Amino acid sequence: MKFLGFIIVCLTGALLLYGTGEFPGWGDPHSPASIHLSNDYIEKAVEQTQVPNLVTAVLADYRGFDTMFETAVVFCAGLACFLLLRDFKEKKERFYRHTPTGVILHVKDSKKVLKTGKEFEHMDKDWVPSDLIIKTICRILIPFIQIYALYVVAHGDFSPGGGFQGGVIFGSSLILLAISYDLKVLVKRVKEKILGIFAAIGVLIYVGIAAICMPMGGNFLDYSKLAPLVPGDPHHIRALGMLGVEIGVGIAVTAVMVIIYINIVSEGRHEEGL
Amino acid sequence: MTDLLTLIVAKYNYWLYVILMMIGLYAMIAKNNLIKKLVGMNIFQTAIILFYVSIGYKRDATIPIIQNAHGGNDTHAAVIHAVDYINPLPHVLMLTAIVVSVATFGVAMALAVRVYQRYQTLEEDELRMRLVDIGPEK
Repeated sequence: MKFLGFIIVCLTGALLLYGTGEFPGWGDPHSPASIHLSNDYIEKAVEQTQVPNLVTAVLADYRGFDTMFETAVVFCAGLACFLLLRDFKEKKERFYRHTPTGVILHVKDSKKVLKTGKEFEHMDKDWVPSDLIIKTICRILIPFIQIYALYVVAHGDFSPGGGFQGGVIFGSSLILLAISYDLKVLVKRVKEKILGIFAAIGVLIYVGIAAICMPMGGNFLDYSKLAPLVPGDPHHIRALGMLGVEIGVGIAVTAVMVIIYINIVSEGRHEEGL
Repeated sequence: MTDLLTLIVAKYNYWLYVILMMIGLYAMIAKNNLIKKLVGMNIFQTAIILFYVSIGYKRDATIPIIQNAHGGNDTHAAVIHAVDYINPLPHVLMLTAIVVSVATFGVAMALAVRVYQRYQTLEEDELRMRLVDIGPEK
């Protein structure tokens, strides 16, 4: 099987390398990819959309449908992880730690539930105390990472950034919390229900902004028709519409990243994991 | 031989992507472990992303963010030349491709976790044996 696979891979590679002979050279300004549509985008995008970041302009305006269904794909991925893995069954064995003394209690009867609070703490089976240095540094870093994520979303129109990138950065800051402390710390702060609602709200913001354009007399995703709803310069309405859409994407991506992480590391139990 | 060398030097970027893609494809076909197959899939996707981004590159051009366009309405005075900015379209397509790759990887990992929960293994040959032993779920 390995040898057969190697032969197949070599054949495919040889075919592709043979094909590169016809390809344009590295960085050729007259290559077919950059003489038709791209010139149109580069020269007219600022005039038409008032957004200097062409990637955002193409992503959220010219190819708005693509990005909308992209967000739906991300939402579906989170949904699939939830449906495949989520396990609502309570675990039989539980471990508690008496915080003042550090004594660990092993409760084998699933009906006996200790009240966690100041004295007792629910803990993982193979628990190791988190390192103080890691905890402190992550605690300092996480707010800055989150501010940076919001900046990346908000400045997506003018500098490198956008909803997907900002959402991933924000989601990774929450995942960092789970890695540096404990999965329980994250689940306690960010409830599963809230994550699910936010994932849906993100997609809904995108679809909602696109759908509001229709009763205003435009096509689906025609942001320019939103001008009467927003005070301020009607010239920038397309940029504002894109910003709203990017915020929706960011919320959805954040929530879905955290949903996927929590479900995979804890095998759907949301109790213990990395 | 020199012909081949000049061909490689002229198109070295494509050669790199094809080699990366072959590594990913080989891992997907020949590796026995499901997680290693997933890693191969990710390498394959990375090769395609790099290939697209390299197509968008133009010599002596900068990133596709229009300079001095942050000011508002007086930007129309400045003429924008397409030669000065690289092609934004491959970047857009690959941005969405990266997101899809994250989504597919997440779902694939979830499926791998389920497979491990049921059969206690991720090796393909052992999986096949256990499938024969256990039979289809009634």
